[in-house]
Amino acid sequence: MSFIEAKNLVHEYFRRDENDNVVDILTAVDNVDMNVEAGQFISILGHNGSGKSTLAKHLNVLLTPSSGTLFVDGKDASDEKNTLDIRQTAGMVFQNPDNQIIASVVEEDVAFGPENIGVPTDEIWQRVEKSLKAVGMWDYREHSPNKLSGGQKQRVAIAGVMAMEPKCIVLDEPTAMLDPDGRKEVLDAVHELNKKKGVTIILITHYMEEVVGSDYVFVMDRGHVVMQGTPREIFSDVETLKEHRLDVPQITELAYELKKSGVDLPDGILTRQELLEALRYLDEN
Amino acid sequence: MLRDITLGQYYPADSILHKLDPRVKLFGTLIYIISLFLFDNIWGILWITLALVCVVRLSKVPFSFMIRGLRSIIILLIVAGVFNLFLTPGQEIASFGIFKITMEGLRNASLMTVRMVYLIIGTSIMTLTTTPNQLTDGLEKSLHGLTKLNVPVHEIAMMMSIALRFIPILIEETDKIMKAQMARGADFESGNIFQKARNMVPLLVPLFVSAFRRAYDLAQAMEARCYNGGEGRTKMKPLKYVSRDRNAYILIFVAFVVTIVLKVVL
Ligand SMILES: Nc1ncnc2c1ncn2[C@@H]1O[C@H](COP(=O)(O)OP(=O)(O)OP(=O)(O)O)[C@@H](O)[C@H]1O
Ligand SMILES: [Mg+2]
Repeated sequence: MSFIEAKNLVHEYFRRDENDNVVDILTAVDNVDMNVEAGQFISILGHNGSGKSTLAKHLNVLLTPSSGTLFVDGKDASDEKNTLDIRQTAGMVFQNPDNQIIASVVEEDVAFGPENIGVPTDEIWQRVEKSLKAVGMWDYREHSPNKLSGGQKQRVAIAGVMAMEPKCIVLDEPTAMLDPDGRKEVLDAVHELNKKKGVTIILITHYMEEVVGSDYVFVMDRGHVVMQGTPREIFSDVETLKEHRLDVPQITELAYELKKSGVDLPDGILTRQELLEALRYLDEN
Repeated sequence: MLRDITLGQYYPADSILHKLDPRVKLFGTLIYIISLFLFDNIWGILWITLALVCVVRLSKVPFSFMIRGLRSIIILLIVAGVFNLFLTPGQEIASFGIFKITMEGLRNASLMTVRMVYLIIGTSIMTLTTTPNQLTDGLEKSLHGLTKLNVPVHEIAMMMSIALRFIPILIEETDKIMKAQMARGADFESGNIFQKARNMVPLLVPLFVSAFRRAYDLAQAMEARCYNGGEGRTKMKPLKYVSRDRNAYILIFVAFVVTIVLKVVL
């Protein structure tokens, strides 16, 4: 069994009037199948309202499937007994750094999760130290979160999740409110956790550049998974991506346009380096 | 402009009072307040002054910080003092037209002033030497017994600490919205009190919407991190009494006994 296994997962939001009668049903996640192996770095792309956040909240049991099944680390998400277990296994980082930091001191915030699951005091301290060091925020342990930059706050939030020793972290647009420096900071921290600690990462993002380094990509549109594959496979198909109202990384776009106007370049160029090499290769031949 | 408000007035310093368990300080403050209202003679005043001076010295907090709180109640002090001075019936010692100053009035006015001033200074010492977090922790632990009476002690403490975290954020946000609305021509300064209140609507509506949105987000973030109420929670920084705290309790007790003795004997 895969680490995360969703089968025919459906989630419906109901809109009700004052008398609790359903007036409208919105299927935000529609028949999604998804398999993620432990240790992978997964990205999920999709236009606004395509159901990414709704899907992500299932992985953390903030929402439960309307129909279909979801197993996280072998545990059934529909079974209420597993809720706390799954939340420990799959931590979640949200978009707005301010609205997910609970305590007024960095280290106390990181301790919040372990406190909730009843970790003994000595071990809380060890975990806090380990997690804050893993995201490079150890020096700020006694600071107030209000005085940190957005990227730093987001790293604290990641440390807060790490302190629960999850096998997987789901990040829902963690960089959407950050400046380019903050974005890089956070992304580097996430990649490091994936490589060094083997944490499975599920990154939801609107920035195509952030997707390049991942192992596998899912593209969602209107509740469906419409494309999946390695970043190279996904970005080779610029046409389909555009159909789903998505862009490609700037470099890929450039290569694509060059190719369209007759330069003989391969598909799915992802980085500057690759484009350089491809052009050099052309030059030499 | 709103950013100037500081919350919690903790003054970091390395003193024995800062190191004391917050529960001891809460208890001490309570005893101190009771004592303030127990005494009613000069010996009591002298004794409490002596105790207060010792504590002030121990705290290593500049005295000017402690009397800051007085500024906000100075009007109240003066009004109450004047009322007490002129309106207490009793033996007359001076009179200005229909106003009479009586012996009892003088006594009441000075007693009340001393009590209020000492009350502010005493409680300031507690808030100056205790971080807001320690304070909520201390309250939660001290009042834990009330859980049996179905008082949601943990929840109240959690609400207090979340409020402490979010008040600065909301203040900043108010500031931002205010500027944004002023840029669109909103006017928060002029007009009478009713017009002013009505002008606040474009400020309050977005502020409330945003506060609810934040509350929703925060609730989800807390749930995602396995928050499940107070049951079975451990603490990163549990409150633990050390010998220093026990000695402080003894000291508070002795001081209280002295107060009572002074009250009864003199
Ligand atoms: N709590 C809710 N109640 C009702 N409908 C909702 C709720 N949350 C989301 N939706 C709707 O479900 C659909 C999917 O929303 P979702 O937030 O999952 O999209 P998303 O892919 O995360 O979008 P974005 O990129 O803007 O974050 C949208 O049409 C949205 O309006
Ligand atoms: Mg979303």
